[in-house]
Amino acid sequence: MTTDKKSLRELLTALYPDQLVSIQERLGETTIVVKASIMLEVLTALRDNEQLLFSQMTDLAGMDYSDYKDGEWQDKRFAVVYQLLSVVHNRRLRVRVFADEDDFPVLASVVGVWPGANWFEREAFDLFGIIFTGHPDLRRILTDYGFVGNPFRKDFPLSGHVEMRYDPEQQRVVYQPVTVEPRVVTPRIMREENYGCN
Amino acid sequence: MPEIKNYTMNFGPQHPAAHGVLRLVLELDGEVIVRADPHIGLLHRGTEKLAENKTFLQSVPYMDRLDYVSMLCNEHAYVQAIEKLAGIEVPLRAQYIRVMFDEITRILNHLMWLGAHGLDIGAMTVFLYCFREREDLMDAYEAVSGARMHAAYYRPGGVYRDLPDSMPQYEASKIHNAAAVKKMNENRQGSLLDFLEDFTRRFPTYVDEYETLLTDNRIWKQRTVGIGIVTPERALALGLSGPMLRGSGVAWDLRKKQPYAAYDKVDFDIPVGVNGDSYDRYLVRVEEMRQSNRIIKQCIDWLRVNPGPVMTSNHKYAPPGRVSMKQNMEELIHHFKLFTEGMHVPEGEAYAAVEHPKGEFGIYLVSDGANKPYRLKIRAPGFPHLAALDEMVRGHMIADVVTIIGTQDIVFGEIDR
Repeated sequence: MTTDKKSLRELLTALYPDQLVSIQERLGETTIVVKASIMLEVLTALRDNEQLLFSQMTDLAGMDYSDYKDGEWQDKRFAVVYQLLSVVHNRRLRVRVFADEDDFPVLASVVGVWPGANWFEREAFDLFGIIFTGHPDLRRILTDYGFVGNPFRKDFPLSGHVEMRYDPEQQRVVYQPVTVEPRVVTPRIMREENYGCN
Repeated sequence: MPEIKNYTMNFGPQHPAAHGVLRLVLELDGEVIVRADPHIGLLHRGTEKLAENKTFLQSVPYMDRLDYVSMLCNEHAYVQAIEKLAGIEVPLRAQYIRVMFDEITRILNHLMWLGAHGLDIGAMTVFLYCFREREDLMDAYEAVSGARMHAAYYRPGGVYRDLPDSMPQYEASKIHNAAAVKKMNENRQGSLLDFLEDFTRRFPTYVDEYETLLTDNRIWKQRTVGIGIVTPERALALGLSGPMLRGSGVAWDLRKKQPYAAYDKVDFDIPVGVNGDSYDRYLVRVEEMRQSNRIIKQCIDWLRVNPGPVMTSNHKYAPPGRVSMKQNMEELIHHFKLFTEGMHVPEGEAYAAVEHPKGEFGIYLVSDGANKPYRLKIRAPGFPHLAALDEMVRGHMIADVVTIIGTQDIVFGEIDR
């Protein structure tokens, strides 16, 4: 990237000394964590500030940290991660906002800041059950009509809860509890530090 | 006077112009669109959730099946994310091979798009022309990976194997006699690079043929000029990328602005539109095909004179060679661990984006140090494009909806994931 990465970190710490929970630089990417209560004003400023001008929100990802490192995670469970792009300054920034409550995650909608966020927020709502206040049309988007549950949460089984088949007696498609047995071919393994490095 | 009310029309999911499984609920005032509500997810397979339950290597073939007309570009973003997190150095030859196949993929995608878009708005012939050239490029895919479409050729650390020295040959059959087969095999006598070089020589003429059919065609211009105009500011705010953004006049191309692989070592231009309508996006994509051809030519020249490894020698991520595996205990262990337990990617998060034929294709990968990704988020370019459909079709006629879906280059494999 053309612009100096160091300056983005300095710029952000100078502009928002109190607003940022943390700022991290790793692998050439900058990540900031913002409190949910002030997220809208910070994100709007990121878009409008002449030195930043993050005019595009490239991606919005819902996150469920409950199973992170097999339960070592002590922080809040749900978060939303925004990937921002400044076309003018040719810079990227990642913003993470944690939802305050684990049982009923609510965050402010950024549709007013970047209209392109509309469907991304619907997706995070659908798959993770994160509510976005102020969203104009918060409906499910990827799952079936009448789907129950939030499939990308870590406690949702891979094979789901219901399956669909054609019932010749009723002559229509019916839902029934899944009959597939969950099967793990390769187990998930966490190794200790320096495993295999003598 | 009777009261006239808006009515709602259902478009798809079984409609040939819906490019797959798009259900569109259109609210109409006469024949003018007041509101469009796309219903997606009919092809939702939960790729991201599946990837969380597979080792890193097992997810590579899933990437092919996202945008199933530009397979290798999807893989490129995925392997880049892993390489970034793990800090793997990819050999230069592998990077050139990746650039070459990315551009082959771009031509494949744009040919598919041009054919289907033409077919949607009444130009039958282009479709047949485009598929003729796609065949050659898919033969290149097959020669290198064994599969015509779902290649699974890029691996974390490089590419699966080096380019082959010979091309598969046609054989005589009931339909083709020996003389015909000899003619078909004419350009397959040398290596894959010879075959591709022959293609790059022929391809500019082919693009001229498509342009003869369309660029100055009165009907084509009537159907596309002034349809689905997006201003540059709006395009950025809506999250558009790729040709959709460049058609609006924003000179933004990741290959130039944030170069990855060997893109900083090849010479090419970025075409940019002026008016931001469907016609400009058509011109941008056609010019991109010519530029891709240029890049492929440069890669062929470089690959001819620069032999070398195509896979990293870090055996925590890439398998060792067959011979050393049979002779060396340590390599045998590496091989066994890699294909049973899989690689462990260090804890952290990374976002890797590539300039996919449709726009910015990004992979946001979060790893907690296990042998499977903790979270994989796929940023599909088509997703925000289709989200912008509502805004783009308002005030247009029903027939223009078909043009606008076509110009967005929608593929449901990546949108529904």
